[in-house]
Amino acid sequence: MKKSLMLVLTLILTFTLAACGQSNTSSNKSNEGSQEGTNGGNAAASELSGSILAVGSSALQPLVDQASKKFMDLNPKVSIQVQGGGSGTGLTQVSGGQADIGNSDVFAEEKLDAGPAAELVDHQVAVVAMAAVINPDVNVDNLTKDQLVKIFTGEVKNWSEVGGPDQAIQIVNRPASSGTRATFEKYALGTKTDDLEGSIQEDSSGTVKKLVGETPGAIGYLALSYLDDSVKVVKYDGVEATEENVANGTYPVWAYEHMYTKGEPNDVVKAFLEFMASDEVQNKDVVELGYIPVSKMEVTRDLDGNITK
Amino acid sequence: MIQSGEKPKVKKHIIEEWTGKIVTSLCIVLLVVTIFSMVYFVATKGLSSFFKDGINLGEVLGGSKWKPEGEPPMFGALPFIIGSFSTSILAALIAAPLGICAALLMVEILPKFGRKYLQPAIELLAGIPSVVYGFVGLSVIVPLYRDLFPGQGLGIAAGASVLSIMILPTITSIATDALAALPAGLKEGSYALGATRWQTLYRTVLPTTMPSLLTGVVLGMARAFGEALAVQMVIGNAPHIPNSLFESTSTLTSVITLSMGNTVMGSMQNNVLWTLALILMMMTFVFVFIVRWLERRAQR
Repeated sequence: MKKSLMLVLTLILTFTLAACGQSNTSSNKSNEGSQEGTNGGNAAASELSGSILAVGSSALQPLVDQASKKFMDLNPKVSIQVQGGGSGTGLTQVSGGQADIGNSDVFAEEKLDAGPAAELVDHQVAVVAMAAVINPDVNVDNLTKDQLVKIFTGEVKNWSEVGGPDQAIQIVNRPASSGTRATFEKYALGTKTDDLEGSIQEDSSGTVKKLVGETPGAIGYLALSYLDDSVKVVKYDGVEATEENVANGTYPVWAYEHMYTKGEPNDVVKAFLEFMASDEVQNKDVVELGYIPVSKMEVTRDLDGNITK
Repeated sequence: MIQSGEKPKVKKHIIEEWTGKIVTSLCIVLLVVTIFSMVYFVATKGLSSFFKDGINLGEVLGGSKWKPEGEPPMFGALPFIIGSFSTSILAALIAAPLGICAALLMVEILPKFGRKYLQPAIELLAGIPSVVYGFVGLSVIVPLYRDLFPGQGLGIAAGASVLSIMILPTITSIATDALAALPAGLKEGSYALGATRWQTLYRTVLPTTMPSLLTGVVLGMARAFGEALAVQMVIGNAPHIPNSLFESTSTLTSVITLSMGNTVMGSMQNNVLWTLALILMMMTFVFVFIVRWLERRAQR
């Protein structure tokens, strides 16, 4: 009996070890394969092969997903996997080498330490703009930056203080670690805010929209692609949140969608990133899914928020 | 292994015996290895926030301020612990009487109809995905509470209501099995002494099956404690201890699911989330121990 148990244990151990070894070699192989494939491709024109794993931001996922399907149709030997998991996960995995591309809503420097962040190469593929939205029954059309800060820090608790009806303000926020919240706080409020008592926090834009639309006196913020009639969009400092205003720099609440690679990408990944930046994706899928093409932007912004025309 | 010259073949039934043994031991070993490696993984991750980041345990367990992005960051998990306990206990308080009464009806009062139609219907509840419960909660229960009570409808009350429906099948089916396993002689003896049906149920059946019924309730609570998605959708997720049952608050599971993907592995905030996962796992172990203890009492 004891002998058999030992036998079984040894077997298990061998299998697990073997399995570990195998996954390593297979991933190595696929990398080599992609290298070889592209080397060959130079000779035989556009014979890309290999696999790409893109992980991260769920806000960027639909775009990468849609573009990857097109890319795979054009290059049948390439397989691209797109996974969500959040910006933090994407950055960790690309930095650790588990993923080829890390999708992120924020600059890597904002999440990672300086060392690992410096190794990553940024590819900005789209711009996403956000607008403050309120419950349709609240008759407020415009909120200044100052008013927004006061609302989100809890200094103003009633709509009557900002020119609305006598109704309590209900904040529908994002979790403190969310990229969407970081963008909104950085560019709309200009300050970090605490989670207020009684405020609601939801991570998914769909739920935020539903709650803002249904809850009396609610205020939240959504990416432009999520806006519809169930919520009311308010102007920011008198500026409407439109694609034009974002592009010419008058509307400040927007952020880049980043696709990070560790070091310079290999040929397959590079080809895919070039495809993401091509007019075919930028003018079609990007617009279709409610993002703003990077090429349309008349202004650029760096990590510290400095805007240049 | 091969016996001396005359009988080179091992007998068939011995081979079968050994194949059976090896296959079952393999399965068990695989399970044990999985469980232990998971415990090990969560524990090393969860403890690193104490050893590596130097946060003290008292701050996590007793602090009521959760400001992971603040300066300095604060990691008080008390609101989540309170949120988890209050929702799951409240859910059990709602579901236990319902489930046990339903089981009584199905076994003692309407055995034929109950077994044939009611039990499958209740067990069907167990098969509904939790995101559906969450969405129904968000679309039906939250607006209802918003109209009936002060506040926004989201909160412990909404979470507990959704959870109570989710854990109803667990409590009901364990209670049904316990009641059905009761020896008929016990009830007949009670009737023979002149007790009415109500007296028999109340004085004989329920006290005898109580440990098993409680097992069901505790298992239900354990499920409620670990449920993440449905609760996260209806509880509001503000990291504060609420003043009422209808004010936004968080549970351990909801804060983990909300923030885990947004934080970087190995960062302080991520490690603290793993600590919360460790607390969650410890609590599940406690629930399992309570169940074992109740089962032992039931056997006596």
